[in-house]
Amino acid sequence: MYEGPIQDLIDEFGRLPGIGPKSAQRLAFHVLAADATDVKRLALALTRAKEEVRFCTSCFNVAEAELCRICRDPRRRDDALCVVEEPKDVVAIERTGEFRGRYHVLGGAINPLEGIGPDQLKVRELMSRLSSGSINELILATDPNTEGEATATYLALMVKPMGITVTRLASGLPVGGDLEYADEITLGRAFEGRRKL
Amino acid sequence: MRKPLYRDHALVLRVQRLGEADRIITLLTRAHGRVRAVAKGVRRTTSRFGGRLEPFGHIDVQCTEGSSLDTVTQVEGIELFGRRFIEDYPRYTAASAIVETAERLTPIEREPSLRLYLLTLGALNALSQGERLPTLVLDAYFLRAMAYAGWAPALRDCAVCAEPGPHRSFSVPAGGLVCVNCRPPGAAHPTQTAIGLMNALLEGNWDAVEGVDVKVRNESSGLVAAHLQWHLERGLRSLPLVDRRETTS
Ligand SMILES: [Zn+2]
Ligand SMILES: [Zn+2]
Repeated sequence: MYEGPIQDLIDEFGRLPGIGPKSAQRLAFHVLAADATDVKRLALALTRAKEEVRFCTSCFNVAEAELCRICRDPRRRDDALCVVEEPKDVVAIERTGEFRGRYHVLGGAINPLEGIGPDQLKVRELMSRLSSGSINELILATDPNTEGEATATYLALMVKPMGITVTRLASGLPVGGDLEYADEITLGRAFEGRRKL
Repeated sequence: MRKPLYRDHALVLRVQRLGEADRIITLLTRAHGRVRAVAKGVRRTTSRFGGRLEPFGHIDVQCTEGSSLDTVTQVEGIELFGRRFIEDYPRYTAASAIVETAERLTPIEREPSLRLYLLTLGALNALSQGERLPTLVLDAYFLRAMAYAGWAPALRDCAVCAEPGPHRSFSVPAGGLVCVNCRPPGAAHPTQTAIGLMNALLEGNWDAVEGVDVKVRNESSGLVAAHLQWHLERGLRSLPLVDRRETTS
């Protein structure tokens, strides 16, 4: 244990996801050793991100305005909707250049052990977008792990009675991985070879 | 000094993200009790562990011991139950409640718990076979796990004075069925068939379970859940998310 501001900083870092006590301590001492201007820039980036970044009111991707860049783009197709867990998955799929439709960001995957069910995700909002009638294909691009697959199964169960074609990324993505780690070619192929559920 | 190494059969109870691409895996092992181990790089698509460290898997695992967390060095799949549950949402949610219970009933790490291990393995196996309704497999697991923990509900004799039954009142705080003299205010009056179903599930008498109608099953599920939640310090997070829709697969 340290005293005062340095311990406060260690505690704050330690509350971040995936940061253990040792990493928190390393980060805190890195900040102490860094240039004052670098630290100011970091502090500003943190507060600005929290103040200025919003979530798109339509797809829940990160946005700087009411709607995100993709939802505002008139050249994107309105008949295909791709469901992902996190905003970083939108970035991964955009990199493949395979998809010209719109997205819906759930905000995670169904994980009962963590108390996350459909109501904790943007599922109701998805259903209301689908009921608008303009969407013909729903692509389920949740992570290829247990929670992501179960989430896809749940969504397919809910959406199929609406008469919308539901597809899932082709297997070929390794099981257990995060979508964001798939390289562009693999992810592009998985997209191209998506199968109907 | 080389770190001690061990190899064991295990069930994957929980996986949590750690750092950039690692996961912390909570295992219920056959001989070493509940342990938590780091699986390095497992979220990368090139991971040599592949999908063998996903939730609900029955695996053969090798770890090195660490001061707080162990490290997974090798893993082979024996039966990766999760692959079947992901195609059936009600089974996925029931399996989640089973592994969360197993985790909660092993509060102390590295304390061997062979009976609970075998019970949990059996429940996941029954769930994956698809012959029995997920909620019945789940209730049977809850009842037997509670019996191992020493707080099975009294289903025949009075929970307070042991007066031989049958009794008509059921009180969760009192510990199950209670006689007219011991009955606290607010006790429930379940049907005899619901109590019969709970007895059959506790004893594994599946013949007696066949054909019990949905109303009775729901009544028994409610009593089992109330009894379980009363005894666990905080409720199971997965229990309200169990999907009780009836599917056949
Ligand atoms: Zn948007
Ligand atoms: Zn009594």
